[in-house]
Amino acid sequence: MSAPRRPTDPTGLERYYVLTGGRSKPAGPAATLDVATLVVSRTGPQPSPQPGLQHEHEEILRRCREPLSVAELGAHLGLPFNIIAVLLADLLEAGRVETRDPVPANSAGLGPDLALLEEVLSGLQRL
Amino acid sequence: MDFKGFDPTGRTTAADGTRSVKVMIAGGFGTGKTTMVRSVSDIRPLTTEETLTQASAGVDHLIGVTDKQQTTVSLDFGKIGINDELVLYLFGTPGQERFWFLWNGLFKGALGAVVLVDTRRLASSFRAIEEMERQNVPFVIALNVFPDSRDHPVEEIRDALDIPEDIPVVAFDARDRAASRDVLVALIRHLQERAVALEPR
Repeated sequence: MSAPRRPTDPTGLERYYVLTGGRSKPAGPAATLDVATLVVSRTGPQPSPQPGLQHEHEEILRRCREPLSVAELGAHLGLPFNIIAVLLADLLEAGRVETRDPVPANSAGLGPDLALLEEVLSGLQRL
Repeated sequence: MDFKGFDPTGRTTAADGTRSVKVMIAGGFGTGKTTMVRSVSDIRPLTTEETLTQASAGVDHLIGVTDKQQTTVSLDFGKIGINDELVLYLFGTPGQERFWFLWNGLFKGALGAVVLVDTRRLASSFRAIEEMERQNVPFVIALNVFPDSRDHPVEEIRDALDIPEDIPVVAFDARDRAASRDVLVALIRHLQERAVALEPR
């Protein structure tokens, strides 16, 4: 006996499945994406047509002409973080976007970044 | 028009070398996390979600039914333009602290955290403080002074929460932009002091 099928999928999981080809996690360099990672589209001539690019991929490219965080992309496109990360993995692989992880307070082996903290502080004090 | 950053190969250049930093706003449910993000953010706060898979604790479900549960966790966030090339993102952590460790890397890469405390319900922020200590995230404590809060001396609260002397405890009103900004300033100054203390001599 099979379970009764629900007529609708209120969680959106079916849509996500289609968008990501069933992948639940990004592979490669996108595996370390942070909510505050900045995404920026690469400009210049692109090969066309772009096979395998979905509407959502195009939407990301359009929105990231100026750097935008992964969290903002998620909010604007109405997609959860892990789905955005899978889509970004596709775009990274195709060389269509660059990503920049947030600058941590401590860079590995270099100790605390005092210049960065000073920069943040003076920015806040101008508010 | 400025063509300095133009690069005919189509690669991005220093012209859009914007970087980001992030600060987490933590605290128990209803302590004013989203209020603080809203008052200090340059943009109207947005919400981003993550779908987390969690092993179900229940055993009395039907045989063959999946033992994993999908949970959606929401993060409210805002941003502050520090200068032309640096953006500060503020993330209000989800109210349910048990999701914090399920969301891998949520705190990783953060400069630090502000833990909000409602002085009428100190216990609601215990878990948040423990979690910052466990994940080794530097933090300051900000007492969100609600209109009907009793007047609590900061040091009394410090004792009640068992906060070490070197961690700042400040009182503020999360609805006030300047006051919220001052809490962030207190966090960055604390990070600077820690950095100096940690520097090899």
